[in-house]
Order: sequence, then structure tokens, then C-alpha cells
Amino acid sequence: MASESDGRSRGLARWLVLAIPYAWLLILFLVPFLIVIKISFSTPVIGQPPYTPTFDVSGGIGSLMASLRQLVVDNYIFLTKDALYWKSYLSSLWIAIASTFLVLLFSYPIAYGMARAPRAWQPTLVMLIILPFWTSFLIRVYAWIGILKKDGLLNELLLSLHLIDQPLIILNTNWAVYIGIIYSYMPFMILPLYAALERLDNTLLEAASDLGSPPLRSFWQITFPLSIPGVIAGSFLVFIPVTGEFVIPDLLGGHTTLMIGKTLWDEFFANRDWPLASAVAVVLLVLLVVPIVIFQNQEQKRAEREG
Amino acid sequence: MARTAVGPVQRKFAPWNDPAAKPFIEFRHVTKRFGDFAAVDDISLTIYEREFFALLGPSGCGKTTMMRMIAGFDEPTSGEIMLDGRNLAGVPPYKRPSNMMFQSYALFPHMSVEANVAFGLKQEGMPKDQIAARVEEMLKMVKLTPFAKRKPHQLSGGQRQRVALARSLAKKPKVLLLDEPLGALDRKLREETQFELTDLQVDLGLTFIIVTHDQEEAMTLADRIAVMNHGQIIQVGTPAEIYEQPNSKYVADFIGNINLLEGQVVSAAGGMVRMDCKGTGATVVVEEETPAKTGDTVWFAVRPEKIGVSLTAPTDRSVNAIEGQVWDIGYLGDISVYHVRLASGATVKATVTNATRLVERPITWEDKVWLTWAPDSGVVLTS
Repeated sequence: MASESDGRSRGLARWLVLAIPYAWLLILFLVPFLIVIKISFSTPVIGQPPYTPTFDVSGGIGSLMASLRQLVVDNYIFLTKDALYWKSYLSSLWIAIASTFLVLLFSYPIAYGMARAPRAWQPTLVMLIILPFWTSFLIRVYAWIGILKKDGLLNELLLSLHLIDQPLIILNTNWAVYIGIIYSYMPFMILPLYAALERLDNTLLEAASDLGSPPLRSFWQITFPLSIPGVIAGSFLVFIPVTGEFVIPDLLGGHTTLMIGKTLWDEFFANRDWPLASAVAVVLLVLLVVPIVIFQNQEQKRAEREG
Repeated sequence: MARTAVGPVQRKFAPWNDPAAKPFIEFRHVTKRFGDFAAVDDISLTIYEREFFALLGPSGCGKTTMMRMIAGFDEPTSGEIMLDGRNLAGVPPYKRPSNMMFQSYALFPHMSVEANVAFGLKQEGMPKDQIAARVEEMLKMVKLTPFAKRKPHQLSGGQRQRVALARSLAKKPKVLLLDEPLGALDRKLREETQFELTDLQVDLGLTFIIVTHDQEEAMTLADRIAVMNHGQIIQVGTPAEIYEQPNSKYVADFIGNINLLEGQVVSAAGGMVRMDCKGTGATVVVEEETPAKTGDTVWFAVRPEKIGVSLTAPTDRSVNAIEGQVWDIGYLGDISVYHVRLASGATVKATVTNATRLVERPITWEDKVWLTWAPDSGVVLTS
């Protein structure tokens, strides 16, 4: 029965192929997340680990149930009491929305230029957009300190050109945070935009022109609407990680820069209040689930449409 | 050429024969180069108002470039194009009075059928209620009214083609340019659409220019055809002229089936050419004026349907006759195609209509046969 065992092994192979990504998600995403949720319902203590209860399976079902009964919602209640948290969330959302818009504004002309460049250049241009990823993100953000600080490259250049006579204070302000975010996240916007614009059939623009539409109107009537899937994809790819961004506000922002990623870090490492930090993380995730689900829906619809 | 070609009697429309007629579109020594390559090489051509004109040729012959220059997507390298008395040089596509139906249809995928048809009218700034009325009229014309709200990807190929047609006609252009408009349709739909297109053109009284590589399509649709090759126009004429009086081996060979027999002119005078048919010993008599002189090498071109096949030598000495042997027979039901090999080794194709169901002694393989044709059924070509 060679064919039967063949079929069975093929079934097994298919099962394995499906199982690997699910196992990956289970072990590296779901389990850690469940641990975070559990900690968010715990109480902080001074000790190792810095929270209680800890689940002890050796004590049997009885002690496990006893541990479960010790879980509390105090941390979530606390989040609503201290204005710092909702202000951090709001401020993060605002920074994420504003910088997503700015990233889009700067990326669109670049992606458009790339898509309209001679075919032979395009792989090189894409390569140039990807090139910064060869250097660590952290180092690239550090480099901005050197550029933006009071006696940094930017101020020296502007002073030597006599455009300013006092060095600009940019570092440790929200300006620096925006500059850092725009710089870091532009590739994530440019690439999906480029993909959408590059697919655009040039005869559509010829048809629009033939029917009496001048180039600028053709852009708004044809090119832009057809690039919207790229705009949406790029916007989510920027918005979602920027909301939780920690490195950029920490390195480039000042003490007035309020972002949830920073607040979360402070709770974990400065205050060592793991349960509260976990609660902050869980709420952040819930906040982001909404746009993520919208994004997934959009992508799926688009995939179906393009069949 | 004393006699004109036969062919179907069409509407009495032949401005090209009227020296007083004003040309509507005029190419004056137009050349278009892409780098070193001349896609269009010094072409002069006139097209008249209300004409259905076909640019016919193999891919890369420059026919599409001709059309793109009228639409304004390409500018001539030299020469000028006049449309209705106006020089088109420097006029951008969106200001030209022509509209184009694209080979790929180029329907806007994010717009409904309605919005696609309305697009050109919207650019003109036509009031909304007038746009709606015009769109309705156009959709009715192409029988797509129930599909107004659909997106192009929800339509079949034939429906898309009709949306493209409606969109390009919505603005009532002075000239409609059709770039291989029927290429993507299946045979039956194509034939149907061909007749719809000719009716439409006559009804609307517009000038249509079609680009095609399909000679049958050009013959069915056009009032006149320009046969192109390597950026040049080889011949311009009505379908019947092109078919019956090709001016060169290229045109003769490109349009339909033809037999080309090489030979030398024995005498040419008084509208009669006598030609020694190479390698057969036969002399072919052709009733035609020719620039060829005695001793010139020429080609005799005759269509397969104009040759008779018989088992016996003709008694009438005024017809041409060459002896040969049946090499192959293609039975197509309505007609049979006989491939007859001559003594020279050349093969001549002759089509015979199967007028009766049963024949006493059918001509069959390896039969010795006589090929006969009248002196006025073929032409002598010098190039």
C-alpha cells in the first residue's frame, strides 16, 4: 500500500507545515502574553520575582486555586486614577497620528519618484531605501543626537552659513522625537507606497489625459486613488509601532515628552512595579488591536479583490 | 489602370477621389524616431471626414505610433500633423479633439462603469444632469444600462470592451482612434462587434481610425486601408483595391492568399503584358498596364479563387493555362484548396467551390491537371 502510506506522510507533512507557524506563535507570542496578563493582575512585592502570587504547580490543584484567588484588578483601576497614564496614551496616539501623517507626506513624493524612474534604476533605488537597515536602529537614532545637539552638526552648519546666530535647541524636545520618528519609519511607508505606485498601469494616465484631464488632475483622479492600498498599508506599518515607541522618545525626547512606551519602561525599571507595567502593556495592546484588525481586514479585502 | 476593382458596392462615399475634398487629418512628411530607429519614416497621408480608415501592418510597422501621434502621446520628430485645419504640434493630449479606445481598454479600475463613461464629460465641466443624461444614452447604446454601477473587474471581456467604446465616444470626439479594439475578444464576439462598429460609425457620422494587424478586420471595417511596413505606407486604397490590385508583393502577400509566379516580360504594349513564366515554359498573358519593359523580371500575382482546375486542357485559347500535378488537397467543406505543383517546382493554390455534393470523377492526388485563369484575373508586380 505504497500510495496509502504516501498519502499519509503527505498529510503529515502538510500538518507539520501548518503546525510550525502556529507553534511559533504559541510559544513566542501567546505564552509570554498570557504571562504578562497574569502579572498585570498580580500585586507588587519587594522580592524576587517582584510580584505575588506566583503559580506553584507542585502544590497541586488546591494551591493553584488559592493563587488564582489572589489575583486582583487593582492595577487597572490605578491606571484610571493617575492622569499620567491616560495622558501618556493620548500623547502617544497623537504623536503616532501626527508622525504617520508627516511620514506619508515626505514618503509619497519619494515613492512616486522611484516608481516613475527608469526601470533599470528602480532596483537600486529600492536598495538605497533598504540600506539604512544594515545599521542598527539604535545606532542610527544615537547618530541623531550628534546631529541635533546644541553643538551638533546641524547647528554648526546653520551657524557657519549665518542662517542663525544662536544654536537651535532641538535635542530633547518633541521636535527631535518627530525628526527621529520620521527618519526611522520612512522606509516602512515608502516601500508599500512604491509597490502600489509601481503597479499603476501607465495607459490609465494616458486614457485620463486623452479624455481631457491635465496631469495634476490625473494625479488626484487616478494615481492617488489607486495608491490608497499602499497609503493604508504604510500608515499602519508606521502608526502601530510608533504608538509603542520607546527608543526614540527616550534618546531624543526631553522630560516633557510623554509616550506610553517610556512610561511603561519607567514602571518596569525605575519603579520596579511589574504588575502595573504589565497592565499598561495590556491596555496598549488592546488599544492597538483595533487598528491592527482594521488593517488585516483591509489587506484581506484587497487580496480577495485582486484574486 | 483603366478598370477599377470590384468588391461590394458601398455607400457612395469616396472623398479621396474628389480633388476638391478637404482633408480632415493630414500627415505631412511625418517622421518619428526612437533613438536610431525610425518607427514612422517620412509618411504623408490624408484622411477625410467621416471616413473609417484602417492602419494595417505587422507589429512594429509603425501603425500604433501613427495613432499615438494623433492622440498626442508621441510628438513627431519632424513633419506635421493637421487635424481639421489645425496644426497639432505642441497640443497636449488633453486638449486634442480625438478620443482613443485602448487595446487594453484602460478602464479606471476604481470607478464604476458609469463613472468611467462620465470621466471625459466631467473634465469638460459639463453640468451634472447633462452628464447623467449623456452617460445613460451611451450605456443604452452599448447595451450596458443594467451594469452602470459595476466595477470593471466585475464585467466580462466583451462588456469591458463596450464600456471602453462608450467612454471614448461620450465626448463626441471629432476622431475616434481604435487601437486593436477587438483583439481580446473571441472570434464570434469579434465578428458581431465589427458590424456594430461600422453601423455606429455611419450613424454617428464620425471619423474612425483603427489600428490592426488583422487584415480581415481591416477589410470588414474600413473604407480605406493603409498597408504599412517598416515605418512606411506601402499602399493606400479601398479594401477591394488592396485585394484586387496590390501594388507590391508585400501587399499581395499580406492580404489574403495569393500565388506569386516569377517570370520575364516578353512584351508589354497596349494594355497587354506577355510574360514568360519561369521554369514552366508557359506564357502568361495579363491584361494590364505595367511600367515593366521587355526583359524585366516581374511577378505575376493571382488569387487562388480566380484559378480554375480541370482534368482536360482548355479549348479556349484566350485563357491562360499551365499544367501541373495535384500535390495536396485541403477539403474545407464549402471549398477545396488544391495545391498544384508546376514543372518549375513552384506550388500554386487554387480554390474550388464545392457546388455539388457528388461529382462523377473528382480530382484527386497526383492527377495531372490544367490550371486556367482569364487574362484579367491577376496583376503583374514589379517589386
